[in-house]
Order: sequence, then C-alpha cells, then structure tokens
Amino acid sequence: MILALEGFGLHLRMFARRWLRPPALDWPLACALLLLAGVGLVNLYSAGAPDTKVAFNQGARFLIGATLMVLISRISPQSLRKWTPWLYAGSVLLLLVVAVMGEGRGAHRWLDLKIFRFQPSELSKLTMPMMAAWVLSRGELPPRFASLALVGLLIAIPAGLIAKQPDLGTALLVVASGMFVIFLAGMAWWRIGLVAAAAAAAAPVAWHFMHDYQKKRLFTFLDPAADRLGDGWHIMQSEIAVGSGGIWGKGWHQGTQSALEFLPEHTTDFAFAVFSEEWGLVGVAAVILLYIFIVGRGLMIAANARDTYSRLLAGSISMSFFVYVMVNGGMVAGILPVVGVPMPLISYGGTSVVALLAGFGMLMSIHNNRRSPH
Amino acid sequence: MRLRNARADAETFRARAIVGFLVIVLCLGALVSRYVFLQVYRGAEFGQTSDKQRISVRSVPPVRGLIYDRNGVLLADNIAAFRLEIVPETVEGGRKGLDKLLAELGDVIAISADDIERFRAARAKKKAFENVPLRLKLSEDEIARFSVNRWRFPGVEIAPYLTRAYPLGPNFAHAVGYVGRIDINELTRLDPNDYAGTTHIGKTGVERWYEDDLHGAPGSETVEVDVNGQVRRKLDTIAPTPGKNLYLSIDARLQRAAEEALGPRLGAVVAIDPRNGEVLALVSEPEFDPNLFVNGISRADYALLTEDPRKPLLNRAIAGGFIPGSTVKPYVAAAGLELGVRTPSDTVVSTGEYHIPGQKRGYRDDFAAGRVDLKLALAWSVNTYFYSLAYELGIDRLSGFLAKFGFGAKTGIDVAGEGVGVLPSAEWLRQTRNQPWFAGYTVNAGFGQGFWVVTPIQLAHALTVVAAKGANRPPHVLHATQTGIGAPVQLAPLPLPGPNVGTRASTWKAIEEGMWLAVNGPPPSTVSGLGKEFPYAIAGKTGTAERFSRFDESWTYIATSSADRHQVLFECFTPAEDPRIAVVVALEAGKSGASDAAPIARKILDAWLKYADDVPVRRVAEAAP
Repeated sequence: MILALEGFGLHLRMFARRWLRPPALDWPLACALLLLAGVGLVNLYSAGAPDTKVAFNQGARFLIGATLMVLISRISPQSLRKWTPWLYAGSVLLLLVVAVMGEGRGAHRWLDLKIFRFQPSELSKLTMPMMAAWVLSRGELPPRFASLALVGLLIAIPAGLIAKQPDLGTALLVVASGMFVIFLAGMAWWRIGLVAAAAAAAAPVAWHFMHDYQKKRLFTFLDPAADRLGDGWHIMQSEIAVGSGGIWGKGWHQGTQSALEFLPEHTTDFAFAVFSEEWGLVGVAAVILLYIFIVGRGLMIAANARDTYSRLLAGSISMSFFVYVMVNGGMVAGILPVVGVPMPLISYGGTSVVALLAGFGMLMSIHNNRRSPH
Repeated sequence: MRLRNARADAETFRARAIVGFLVIVLCLGALVSRYVFLQVYRGAEFGQTSDKQRISVRSVPPVRGLIYDRNGVLLADNIAAFRLEIVPETVEGGRKGLDKLLAELGDVIAISADDIERFRAARAKKKAFENVPLRLKLSEDEIARFSVNRWRFPGVEIAPYLTRAYPLGPNFAHAVGYVGRIDINELTRLDPNDYAGTTHIGKTGVERWYEDDLHGAPGSETVEVDVNGQVRRKLDTIAPTPGKNLYLSIDARLQRAAEEALGPRLGAVVAIDPRNGEVLALVSEPEFDPNLFVNGISRADYALLTEDPRKPLLNRAIAGGFIPGSTVKPYVAAAGLELGVRTPSDTVVSTGEYHIPGQKRGYRDDFAAGRVDLKLALAWSVNTYFYSLAYELGIDRLSGFLAKFGFGAKTGIDVAGEGVGVLPSAEWLRQTRNQPWFAGYTVNAGFGQGFWVVTPIQLAHALTVVAAKGANRPPHVLHATQTGIGAPVQLAPLPLPGPNVGTRASTWKAIEEGMWLAVNGPPPSTVSGLGKEFPYAIAGKTGTAERFSRFDESWTYIATSSADRHQVLFECFTPAEDPRIAVVVALEAGKSGASDAAPIARKILDAWLKYADDVPVRRVAEAAP
C-alpha cells in the first residue's frame, strides 16, 4: 500500500519534472512564430470584420497549437523516432477511414470526432517526413535505390489517398515533405534529375486522372478572364486586392476588397490578399522576410541536430513550410493555380495551425537535444 | 566507421540544406517580385479597378416644380405614391427568371404590356443593380395584395415616390397640360445624366413648355456598394436642385367662369390683359382629366379620348383652327386706315350685294345698309364696306398688314402645341397649293372667309393690339417663378414686345368706336344690348363663318341643322378707352356670333368684374415703336 503510494509519488514527481518545467524552446524561432501569429490575428480581425469571432477562434487555436508545440518539444527525438512507424500507420489508417466514411463539402476530408472535427490529411503532413526520415536514417547515406523505392512507396500511399479525397494541395504538401527528406538525405543529383524528368513525363497521365473541376481550375488559372464570374473571379479579385494595396497599403481595416465581399474566401485561402491590400508591398516584404527567417532558423536547427533522423525531419519540416508560403502566395498573386493551401499562421483554419505548430514542436525538441558544441 | 559516416552525413546535409535554402530564397524573391509587379507597376491601375467596382454614383432625381395660378391656387402638385420596382440583378434565374417573375407578378398586380415594354427599355439603360420601376401608382388594394405575396418575389420592392397630381382636374387640362412617363423616343432624346432618376416628363401645355425649369437638376449620391450591389455607406451627396415653381398669369377663378360659361359646347375661350399680354384664362372644351395620363393611361381610357368625335385632347384655344369671319374686320379696317386707303369718315354704299368692278359674280351682304362709314361698318358688320376695302388694298398689302397682327404665325405663347392657322395671301396659295390668286379671293379674305384659319390665341393677340392701340405684346402665361417653396416669388420677364402695329392714334380710336357701337348701339348693331348693366364700356365684334363650303360634300347634311351651320366667334375688350381685359370666344358650331358667342363673353366679363380690382396688375412700359 505504502509502496504503491510511494510509487505514485515517484510517478507524480517524474511527471512534474518532465512536463511542468518552464518551456525550453528555440527562442528566436518561437518569437518569429509568435510575431507571425500576431500578424495573422491582426489581419484576420480585419479580414473577418465585422465578425470578430474569426480572429478570436484563430487565437484560441493558436493557443492550443502553441501548447501542443511546448508539449511536443519535451518529447525526445528518440521517442518520436520510436513511435514513427506507428504514427505513420495510424495516419494512413485514418485516411482510409475518411475515404470510407468522411464528410465535407464536395470532398471527403473531414473526420467528425463529435468533440471536434479534424482532417487526417493534416496529420500526414507530420507523419510523412517522420516516416521518410525513419526509413532513410536506418540505412546508409546517400540512400540506395531500395530505400528510395521504399520511401517513394510510403509517400505514394498517403498522397494517393489525399489526392483521391480530392485535396490536391495537401497531397502536394505531403509529397513535398517526403521529397525534401530524400533531397536532404543526399540523394544523388543524377537521380534527382531522373525523377524530375519522370515527373514531367507523367504530367499527361496525371492530367488524365484529374477531376474536371481541377482541370477547370488549371484552365481558369491560365486565363482568368474567360471565367470572369466563376472561378476566374477569385483570381481577378485577388489580384485587384493585392495590386490596389500599392506600396504602402490601404491601411488596417481600410481594405475594400474583403469588406465589400468582392474577394471570396477572404479569411481562409485569400487572407494574404487582404493583408497585401491593407499593408501593401511593405507588409508583404516584411512577412516574406519573416518566413525566410523561420525557414532558415529551422534549417539551422536541423544542421545542428544530434542524429540523422532528427536532421532529416527538422530539415523537411522547415522546407515544407516554404511550400505553403510559395503555393499560397503564388495563388494570391495569380501566378499559381487555385489550390487549397493556407498561408501559414495567416489563413484562418484550425487544424492547419495546430498541425503546423505541432511540427515546430518537433523542431523545438530536436533543438533541445542538439549536438553539444565540441 | 559509424562515426565517420555520421560526420559525412551531417556534411552532406549541410550542403543540401544550403542549396535548399538558396533555392527557397530565390523562389520567395521571385514571389516578392510578382508582388512588386502587381503593387508598384500595376498598383494605380488595380487601385482604379478596385474603386470602380465599389464606388457607384447614383442620380437623385429632382423634385418637379409646382404650378400655381396667379393668386397661388395650386394647379399641379406632387403627391406621395407607391410604385413597384425590380432590381434585375437580384432576380433569380437571369432573363428567363425575369420573364417568369413578370408573369407571376401579373397575377397579383395588374401589369400591362406597356408597363413591361417600358420596363425593358428602362432596364437596358440602367445597371443591373439599379431599381427599375415596373408599375406606378399602386392602389392600396394592390399594395396589400403584394405585401401578402411578397415572399414569392425576391428582388421586387414597393418604393415610395412623388407623382404629379392636378387638383383642379379637367379645368386646366389644356393650359397646364400633363406629365407622363418618359417614352422610348424621349428616352433616346433626353440627356441620360439629367434624367437618370426621372420617370416623368412634361407632355403637353405648360408642363411641356417649361419642362427644363420644372424639372430642375438631378443631384447625385456617391455610394460604396458591396459585391451584391447593396449600398454600404454614402460617400458623398450632391443635393438635387428642385424644379422651379411656376406662377401662371391665369386666374383660376376666371378660368372656372370661362369653363362654366362655355358649358358643353365645343370651343375655346382666351382672355388676355392687353396691358401686358398676360393670359388670364385659356379654356378649351371639351376637357379631360389630366390625372389619367400621369401614371400611364389605360388603353380603354385612351381609346375613349382618342375615338371621341369631339376631340377632347385637342387644345382648341391654341391649336383649334377657326374661320374668323367678321372678327377680322377691325384688323382689315386698321390696314385700310394705316395704309391710307380710307379715312374713318370715308363711306361706302351697301346695296346688299357687291360686285368687283367688271365682274358679274355678286358677294352677298346681310342686308342693304345703305351709306356707311367705318364706325357703322364695324357696328353693323357691313360686308360690302370690307369687300371694297379689301379689293382696293389688294391682297399683298392686305395680308402684309394683317401679318403684323400675328395672323398666320405662332404667337409664341408659352404653352406647348400651338397651331399656325392660315393668313390668306397670294404667296401662301402659290406655295401650298400652287394656284394663282384671283381678286375674288381678296374680297373673301376681307370679311374673314375663304382660306382664313385662325386660332383663338391668334385672334386674342390681334385683339390686344387693337385694345392697346397698336402695342404688340405677345401673349404669355408665365407670371412669376420661385426657386423653392418659401423662396421669394420673382416676376418672370415679359417676352420682348413685337413691332408696333400702326402709327396713327386715330386708327385705333375709329376702330374702338366702331366696336363700341357694335355692342352699345341700337339695332342693327350686331350685339346691341350686350353691354347693358355693365359698369365699363365694352367694345366687341362678332364673327359668323360658314363652317363648310357649299361645294363641300358634307354641306347637305349640315344645312339641315341651321343652328350648327356656322363657326361663331366673338371678340371684345373692356373698358373700351383703357382696356384691362380682352376676351375671345370661339365656338365650333352655332347659329351666329351674336346669339351664341357674345353672351358667353358677357358671362366671363361679369365674372371678371367681381374680382377685377383685387388682383395687382402688372403695368409695363409702352412697347417699343
């Protein structure tokens, strides 16, 4: 009895030591993320106006995500590595479940867990680089063909399921996160060239498998004016919002494109258009610099990681972050087709924020367990 | 081995990470350059595009000016009414949806084919988010019915507006005229900026003549609209300039008296103050209710008016063509005196029949008056005197002089729709019918028959010239204007006087004496006794003209009813020496000017007498010579 109590006490102390100490984070990265989240919330307050719920909801989700980041930062990379195959398998299973019984407008993406709904595809954005890093860190580097083929298969499974939902944007991100691991693992340049050539050759095949609405989006992207009142509307109005912002912007809450509802999806996919309209080129450049800083800082953490798994994972998470920015920023500016990729920490969307910050939690953990300086 | 590997892996990673980072920076640099392109290079252009789609300038129609009589009696008012409007953009299902909606609306509210045609024309001129009126002046019943069914018709609204109303109804139908909905022809003619929000326009009478003054200038409202065209806020407002209020010189009391004196007879009355040309009464019978036209007259009502053989829509006072008969004699006399062909005391012998020297054909006189001077010739209306006078003058001199009185031309009265009439002349006959002039025509012209056509307003104008002893003051109805209710009433400038007619005071004295004798002398003065028990001396002249040529096929029918065989007229002014009012009564059918037209004129003068002194009179300086 006493023994049991003592045991419990020991457990309690261990729990306290492990979880309740002050957070150990990479403060430059944490501050950059906080700043970015602040920008995002301020922008959403205006983009969602007169509805202030949008900004507050996003703030709540940011808090949840930040808490998760702190918690994950306390899990050692070794533990993460140990759980990797199970997490990966779990995420693929959830994707299968969604494929069978998911819900969502037009596309089956959501899983209703009664308390909250979430997109298993977001989970894959994390488990994919973990799994790739896990596989490649086990063998010799640069990776042999067998490992590469295995990773390729492991990428294709979740990516295929997500693309089938259909959610091309997320599938793209999942593929990218896996590819970054391979790239960072040192895959030979000639192999990279070969894969690129194969991808180019496969494009017509991919076209064949694309949904009509996806094909239409691509056409519309190429010539927005042809579908002025339909999908082209998004692109044109977004360009008008961005362009009319000029160098200095119209000012916070002075943007007309979102307030008058010319710009659709102005809190989610096109939140950055609102930001561009109200803060101008100056704001855009500042935010892009912040993104570059975050990516760069993430890569530094990766470079200093203790082991190969941590290094590859941290590197992939950082570089994936860039893909979000590029795809969303390009879409808003009309140089990339409309796909549902959010602007990190600026677009409204719960799961995306939480998943992003969870990823940064892993980076923090890797930072906390970095190589000791010689 | 393991350690070396780990170090090599780290080195490989570092190299790859640096390459990756550089590529990322390059890509994001490219992305920013796209933003530079959009925000700097094309910033101004997108700024304009953004403003263009959010800022909308809407026209605010001005309130139409009111119309009063000279004493402030309201003749044309603006009253609140309700109309049905459609915002085409908010109608579901595009063009087909609109057709369906119009069909279904028809079950609830009567919508005519005209309404729909006008709606479509107006719609084509407006932006999709602008309201387009469909039906005006809804009845309370219709408003109630629509309210119950409102949910069935998204995009359809009931909106208040101001509509024209004529409180005195038919009484001023011809003088004031009416407004109506802008029709398709007008829509293409009007300045779309000035009339952007306006639905009505003056169609006839004063409403048309003074359209520009009454309409005012539209204001504008700069608003910010959202993607659905809903107004979010007003950015700028320029208030419309309301149309001017007009005070007519017409006296509603005299107008009413003239209308009552005419009764059901087809004809016209014009009363003018000869001292300034101000029209005091302008009546044409039959009348109609101008209120019918304001919000679109029904086909049945319109047919009733247009198919009525009495032609109620014809404004006989300014556009009715009458054969003047003997009413032209004072003017022919003036020509003789002024051109030196006669003196007042020169005499002519009437045997009952006149012959042009050397011709067999006889020109009839009513009776053998014997030797008459000008005075008696006018008082007894002796045709022979004027036959010979006209013959001696010759047509060129005669019509040349009569043109100075304004015959054969518009008087320029400020009421839309004036007619021209015909002043017979050799020139006119050649131009219109390509026929040569014969001396017989001159004889006929001398007593107001033959080719003559006058409008009552022309005759009244000529009469004021005689009454004013040669001063030529064009008739007009605008007395004063006001820029808004409560603003000072400003007298309207009088039209420029025409050149004086005649130069000899004796001319007018002789004519006035003749016309006085016609009313005040014993028989055979034509209207002997008409001036009885009237405090002022009345001077007048009758006219009894053959309605139809004896060679006309309709003659036999008309001949059977002798009471209607003539067009009868009477012209008079009073007080004879210093006239304050000149009246012309013209009837399309009657026995004689003396028996039918003159008593009507007397009734009007009696009515005028009651308040002749309580209206301040506008004196004008003597007209320019």
